[in-house]
Amino acid sequence: MSATWDRLRAVTQSRIGQDRIGDTVSSAEVLRFRSAHALARDAVREPLDVEPLTQAIDALGLGPAVVVASQAGSREEYLRRPDLGRRPADLAPVPADVGADVGVVIADGLSTTAVAEHAVPMLAAIRDVFAGRLTLAPVVVATDARVALGDHVGAHLGVTTLLVLIGERPGLSVSDSLGIYLTHRPRPGRRDAERNCISNIHPPEGLGYEAAARTVAALVDGARLLGESGVRLKDSSHSIGS
Amino acid sequence: MSRFRATIGPHTFVFGHLVEVLAKASPARSGDQLAGCAADTDAERAAAQQVLADIPLTAFLNEPVVDPDEDEVTRLILESHDVEAFAPVASFTVGELRDWLLATAVAPDAARRLTAVSPGLTPEMVAAVSKIMRNQDLIAVAAAAQVTSAFRTTIGLPGRMGTRLQPNHPTDDPRGVTAAILDGLLLGAGDAVIGINPASDSPRATADLLCLVDEIRQRYEIPTQSCVLAHVTTTIDLIEAGAPVDLVFQSIAGTQAANAGFGVDLAILREGLDAARSLGRGTVGDQVMYLETGQGSALSADAHLGVGGHPVDQQTLEARAYGVARALDPFLVNTVVGFIGPEYLYDGKQIIRAGLEDHFCGKLLGLQMGVDVCYTNHAEADQDDMDTLLTLLGVAGVGFVITVPGADDVMLGYQSLSFHDALYARNVLGLRPAPEFEQWLETRGLVGSDGHLIHVDPESSPLRMLGASA
Repeated sequence: MSATWDRLRAVTQSRIGQDRIGDTVSSAEVLRFRSAHALARDAVREPLDVEPLTQAIDALGLGPAVVVASQAGSREEYLRRPDLGRRPADLAPVPADVGADVGVVIADGLSTTAVAEHAVPMLAAIRDVFAGRLTLAPVVVATDARVALGDHVGAHLGVTTLLVLIGERPGLSVSDSLGIYLTHRPRPGRRDAERNCISNIHPPEGLGYEAAARTVAALVDGARLLGESGVRLKDSSHSIGS
Repeated sequence: MSRFRATIGPHTFVFGHLVEVLAKASPARSGDQLAGCAADTDAERAAAQQVLADIPLTAFLNEPVVDPDEDEVTRLILESHDVEAFAPVASFTVGELRDWLLATAVAPDAARRLTAVSPGLTPEMVAAVSKIMRNQDLIAVAAAAQVTSAFRTTIGLPGRMGTRLQPNHPTDDPRGVTAAILDGLLLGAGDAVIGINPASDSPRATADLLCLVDEIRQRYEIPTQSCVLAHVTTTIDLIEAGAPVDLVFQSIAGTQAANAGFGVDLAILREGLDAARSLGRGTVGDQVMYLETGQGSALSADAHLGVGGHPVDQQTLEARAYGVARALDPFLVNTVVGFIGPEYLYDGKQIIRAGLEDHFCGKLLGLQMGVDVCYTNHAEADQDDMDTLLTLLGVAGVGFVITVPGADDVMLGYQSLSFHDALYARNVLGLRPAPEFEQWLETRGLVGSDGHLIHVDPESSPLRMLGASA
């Protein structure tokens, strides 16, 4: 084994420097890969445990969270029917026209693990970064949900900018990655090009909560100035390795 | 009475219009079912294929599947159609085109004839003929066609298969990216491009990554090109700011509305092409665009409707994306076939079929066609399916494939091919890297006299300082 690869594995979770056998890799590497794939597949089908999440949100002092389900009737249907995952089953529990600056939807997406691990501390960092400056609407938790479901929630809440915290699809080595999608003046029918994304939030290896919250704040401020989010809104807050 | 009807066994099937025939003739896939345009039964699909085979190619010129008044992609396809190149096949039906392609594929001057007819074929014609072709037909014709493209390396020469080295990192960490580049170079990857998907949208992070890769390329005199796959508008701004941009990247799709979903139109794409070309950084060629496509992208943007509001099948729309690409004289194009998810391609069978279709259609339309042989963890697919698709594409003469360390992209969360997978394909199929890059591997002592890659630890390699700096 090479000392260089051992050292470099500390700077990336990437499968670098695998044991080479002929033109391929060792049996141990093949079996490690299969195990990781099996775990990732199981994780996709894991439902979100809503109760501890809403309690933790309440404990942050953000008030009781509202829970909304998508129109997908099951995890299996959610995987095959993105159209149903983009629409809420019933918005009645969500308060209308609260008039806040920023709304937050926590969506399970494809990784309930990511939401369970990172949504609450991420939410705390977002609360802190806007404290005393911008107001937050009551938090909405959405199950079997895709990003665009947030457009319905955001329009109903009447918020200026919406943040959707969502579990990204689990990879082999990283199964707990959280993404944030920012949509200014959310309403049903918004296109992906009208959103900005901060991805790969999963400290310690991925992006940390405070760094992500700083980017969120810069993008929200930028969107309010520009009057829109999306491809014309550029994040000028940081360079790599900072 | 509809002109689109066929009888299969006891049933007669009637189709209302060309868009419906195309969709129902498409081999089964989840995305068309999601869009509500797939055949309901196997018999209906077989009937639609019979109807499609009898449709004259000129129908696709006279009856656009997406309204030209509302879609600039349709206008581009119709306005750029080369009547002279079309002449040899102008009287054919879709079925006759298949027969002509397969007869031509075994002719001694097959590559020349396929290149000559290419500007006369529209994406819709190519999509249509693919629907009645078996996998082996798609492979046979693609293998006979030849497309070369060049920047600092030449991709697509006979007996060669390129690789994109994709060193992604979840925080764009320079050391993590460098470690993955080192791994790839030592395993002979990176002749098509060293291409990074940035985790951040930030132009500064993109500029930093461009400088990082450019510095490595120059320090080790690697004949290849780099690309950071940011939005085209970000890259244009960075070119103006003096960043070292080799290739301009953009995801594209087959309708104007889907491209709007990506935040682009033809004008901005042409602006990107002009900006990068003005830098004159290529040495053996000046093709500067790198484009990605994938079946399902239009549907996922709710931008998949054709004339009369009828949903167009995802494979026809994918071929139309190649119509967009063709106008930009790209260096590289690849379909991200298994990346978009099981809503569009459900399992290994659908991914393999779509990969072969995309490669065939892109290559026949004159593009340097690569494939991201890949799948996500929510699709019904695994490494065995990827081995099959890679092997088939190698036989079909694929321009390049995407490779990442250990087949595991830790930033995008999906499985592509590994550097080792490319070694396997090159070895069993007798394929070599691009000549300029192969020579670099030889002079650096990374391949032996038999052309086989040497096992080397980073410490004893000519790239040891790269490992030390990461």
